[in-house]
Amino acid sequence: MQERVKAKAIELLESGVCDRVLGWKAGEFFYDVTPAVFTSREEIEKEFVFGPFCGANMSKYLIAESRKEGKKVGAFLKPCDTYSFQQLQKEHRIWRENVYAVGVQCEGMCDIEALKAAGIKGILGAEGSGDTLTVHTLYGDKSVERKAVLAERCACCKSKKLLGCDEIVGEQGEELESARFEQVAKLEAMTPDERFAFWRGELSRCIRCNACRNVCPACSCEKCVFDNPNSGIENKAASNSFEENLFHIIRAFHVAGRCTDCGECSRVCPQHIPLHLLNRKFIKDINELYGEYQAGADMDTRPPLMNFQMDDPEPSVVHERGSDQ
Amino acid sequence: MQVKEEFKPTIVAFCCNWCSYAGADLSGTNRLQYPANVKIIRIPCSCRLNPMFILRAFQRGADGVILCGCHPGDCHYTTGNYYARRRMTLLFSMLDYLGIERERTRVEWVSAAEGAKFAATMNDFVETVTKLGENKRLEDLRCKSE
Repeated sequence: MQERVKAKAIELLESGVCDRVLGWKAGEFFYDVTPAVFTSREEIEKEFVFGPFCGANMSKYLIAESRKEGKKVGAFLKPCDTYSFQQLQKEHRIWRENVYAVGVQCEGMCDIEALKAAGIKGILGAEGSGDTLTVHTLYGDKSVERKAVLAERCACCKSKKLLGCDEIVGEQGEELESARFEQVAKLEAMTPDERFAFWRGELSRCIRCNACRNVCPACSCEKCVFDNPNSGIENKAASNSFEENLFHIIRAFHVAGRCTDCGECSRVCPQHIPLHLLNRKFIKDINELYGEYQAGADMDTRPPLMNFQMDDPEPSVVHERGSDQ
Repeated sequence: MQVKEEFKPTIVAFCCNWCSYAGADLSGTNRLQYPANVKIIRIPCSCRLNPMFILRAFQRGADGVILCGCHPGDCHYTTGNYYARRRMTLLFSMLDYLGIERERTRVEWVSAAEGAKFAATMNDFVETVTKLGENKRLEDLRCKSE
């Protein structure tokens, strides 16, 4: 797959369709693959990678790239990226005519923490396509089931469908039945005190690095409410404070109805806070209260929070829900 | 010796200018009693209520927050309260998900003619929040004045 993607990138540059290509570049370690703009064949041959750790969602970078002068920007998008790509077009953030979008089929991205947890020591690299990965270690090569080391978001993948691309590398996929709301349901079934303890445990680890905000395709406002230095809450608070909760509630609320559930927030969190559980709660509520809605799945439906029905449930449904809890 | 005072919750009531604020006024002119610890903040429409306002009120020491607006269908701006209804439903559900007492937040539709309903709502809400006690889960010590 990597060779096909690389060949396509070179083709885009040399045929003159694009003058720059957005793709993945290996970082300091093989698993910290970063997004990068490539402008020459040499760079692509040397640095372009596409493998089991290319989790970065490319759509956000297209906001700035598509507004630059010059030829089109070529972009490689995985199925989740294409949902964000469509959502951003819907919000008039990406200038579609300046983008040449190439859909790349994805086999599920892996999590380095899961690899380490599987008891593999001295990991130097990992590659492979299909169901088994080859892991290079100090003690020789080992093979691992891809399923066992998938990132959480990929283990419950919602769709392999590539939307709105000019071209596709690999095969077009289908929407999948996913169990992504299972963990949310589990939390909902707890008592309020248990839930509070759970979220205190998770959110109090937050160091307010803003990585979740910076990587989120939906969080691309030109001015963010959390950049206000006069708010008194712009940085890390004492551990007994509500401040991290406020940040995460408001962040999740600002992307409610627009979040495509790409899972980037949880991937980049240095403290491993399961932030996707907040976004999924909103998605689950929207699905249950206002009808099924997948952000970015189409170009014409109105987002649920910019829409209403005369017979929407009253906010008291929350109070009535399982009063024994 | 200081005598321990009875707990009096601080309640912030966001009232829409066109219905509920006038409703509060009516309950006053009708001499209907409601507790003095309800602080009313007038907003142009219930959909002006940014979720951040609610969370900030809690951070700064409110024990309960209530939003009052025109009845659905009667909004001065035609549809504002329909949007507010969706937002508040989702926000309250999220607060509940984070383990925060769900009785601390409420939405009530009060028209300009419902002075009695306004007073009754406030009495009931203050009673509920008094039972819950002080808001500890949502406060932020840096933001509290005192």
